[in-house]
Amino acid sequence: MSNTDFALAVEDLTVSFDGFKAIDSLNLYIDRNELRVIIGPNGAGKTTLLDLICGKTRASAGSIKFKNTELTRMAEHKRVRLGIGRKFQTPSIYENLSVFQNLEVSYPAGRSVFGALAFQCTDEVREKVRLVAEDIGLHARLATEAGLLSHGQKQWLEIGMLLMQEPELLMLDEPIAGMSARERELTGHLLKRICRNRAVIVIEHDMEFVKRIAHKVTVMHQGKILAEGPMEKVQADPKVIDVYLGH
Amino acid sequence: MNLLKTWILRYQLASMLLLTLLLAVVLPLSLDIFRLNLVGKYLSYAFVAIGLVMVWGYGGVLSLGQGVFFGLGGYAMAMFLKLEASDPVTTKIQSTPGIPDFMDWNQITELPALWVPFKSLPFALAAVIVVPTALAWIVSYAMFKRRVGGVYFAIITQAVALIVTVLIIGQQGYTGGVNGMTDLKTIWGWDTRTDSAKYLLYFLCVALLLASMLLCRWIQTGKFGTLLLAMRDKEDRVRFSGYDVSNFKVFTFCLAAGLSGIGGALFTLQVGFMSPSFVGIVPSIEMVIYAAVGGRMSLVGAVYGTLLVNAGKTYFSESFPDLWLFLMAGLFIGVTMAFPMGLAGVWEEHVVPWWRGRREAMRRATPQPLPAHVLAPVPPPPPSEQDRPAPLPAHLQGTQP
Repeated sequence: MSNTDFALAVEDLTVSFDGFKAIDSLNLYIDRNELRVIIGPNGAGKTTLLDLICGKTRASAGSIKFKNTELTRMAEHKRVRLGIGRKFQTPSIYENLSVFQNLEVSYPAGRSVFGALAFQCTDEVREKVRLVAEDIGLHARLATEAGLLSHGQKQWLEIGMLLMQEPELLMLDEPIAGMSARERELTGHLLKRICRNRAVIVIEHDMEFVKRIAHKVTVMHQGKILAEGPMEKVQADPKVIDVYLGH
Repeated sequence: MNLLKTWILRYQLASMLLLTLLLAVVLPLSLDIFRLNLVGKYLSYAFVAIGLVMVWGYGGVLSLGQGVFFGLGGYAMAMFLKLEASDPVTTKIQSTPGIPDFMDWNQITELPALWVPFKSLPFALAAVIVVPTALAWIVSYAMFKRRVGGVYFAIITQAVALIVTVLIIGQQGYTGGVNGMTDLKTIWGWDTRTDSAKYLLYFLCVALLLASMLLCRWIQTGKFGTLLLAMRDKEDRVRFSGYDVSNFKVFTFCLAAGLSGIGGALFTLQVGFMSPSFVGIVPSIEMVIYAAVGGRMSLVGAVYGTLLVNAGKTYFSESFPDLWLFLMAGLFIGVTMAFPMGLAGVWEEHVVPWWRGRREAMRRATPQPLPAHVLAPVPPPPPSEQDRPAPLPAHLQGTQP
């Protein structure tokens, strides 16, 4: 596979679980500074695709290149250090730690054992925590134990933890699931702000929300890509309507 | 002074100072040397217990094989002492003078190569820490890199404990077998069996224990400690934040093993022998009980737990030798069910709030000299700036005209 200008280039990616192909020779290219939304019915392989990119699941075949670096055999933490951030579907935060500590631990320094032992929470770290906390609207709750936050705030905190690392590719799995209308709106603004200098992949079901944020939409079905393009075009595609509405 | 205060608060040194006072002043003054030596023996187990606080409490990884590391440290020390006790003059009745007596009984005619470096005290002291740490590294690296954890890890450590015990008992000619290494006498000619030596060793043990606790406390309060707690909660989130989770677990496990080794060496020095009965599965589980009873999140609690359980064990085994094991099992089950955070948890969750509530109640009971204009039904003319009490509670300020 030749080198490209894409932030992420996925080619012929396949993963099979006991013969069942959850992802089937999939090709996907994400531009730098692009916000891509992946939609598709349940079991289409959306989450599995993110798992493959971040390393939670190993690919059976194919290639994933991030800024022209092959990822498929790389350990998870090394992919993160290259600049890939992944938010999980259910809020995955450290419930027993304070909001500040959650963000501090995500700061990309002192990542080795001895680095962590020598790590000092400098003003630089504190400033970064403050900036990110403001971005996600939790600057007044830095001392709160993260487990006490509301569901929406937990989702934001996890996004904030990723922002601490300044990832060049950010993957969000259903970031607005379980949020109120107001929280959805705020999250929409947040996503628009944070995609300015990085590529973002979002998995989402809420079509209204998708319309509001997406630059380009990819529709997945049975481990393959069904359609790709601007929202209006995709929504008008008879194949997509077929999959979503049934026969 | 202020700096000292922030230090004490930051590292929770107040409870540690209290423990220091107890161990270094109260107990030596109130106990005779026989009992104090017993306390010293218990304190050598406390090294294992604080190691368990790090690896089990903070790291969330239960090890049922800490006795192995305790034993390895103890054996490394005992090998040096045994060699010094087996000089050619005192062993001249043996068929091969100059080697440890148990080797002679097992028809070994030459000091095994493994034993030769243990003639050197610096080597033996280094081995006390290095040997347990190295074994811990091998076991934990193999397990954690493969993401083995939880119950499986506990079972594997237990298997290691069994294997090492069988090995020690089976290789009688090299290890002294089931009797272990006995008749340890001097260290560089200094007799460790005298009362003054026992006092000195006791204080050495206390000093090393407190130093180890400070080291652990320092690790807990830094980023490393936060990461351990984060890992225990959401391991995947830590991994996908760019950390190699297994390295952190390996380090913590090795730290606990190194501490256990120091404890084992101090045990050998104070008690005067080392045997497989401190290595196997049962002692390893007992050591987990110390940490569980004391509180697996609290270093100080783990030390108190060790002292209490062992004091109980000594008392009960003197009074009801047959019942002791049942009592201990009952204690372990009872404590983990009723007080999952052990004695330290009882202290934090019940004693401290109760005491705060009491102090609060006492403060309320004593009549406060309230400003007259607050109590008076008719507001008096507003007081001048000088005699108005400055820190007036917000809800009272509304009553003023």
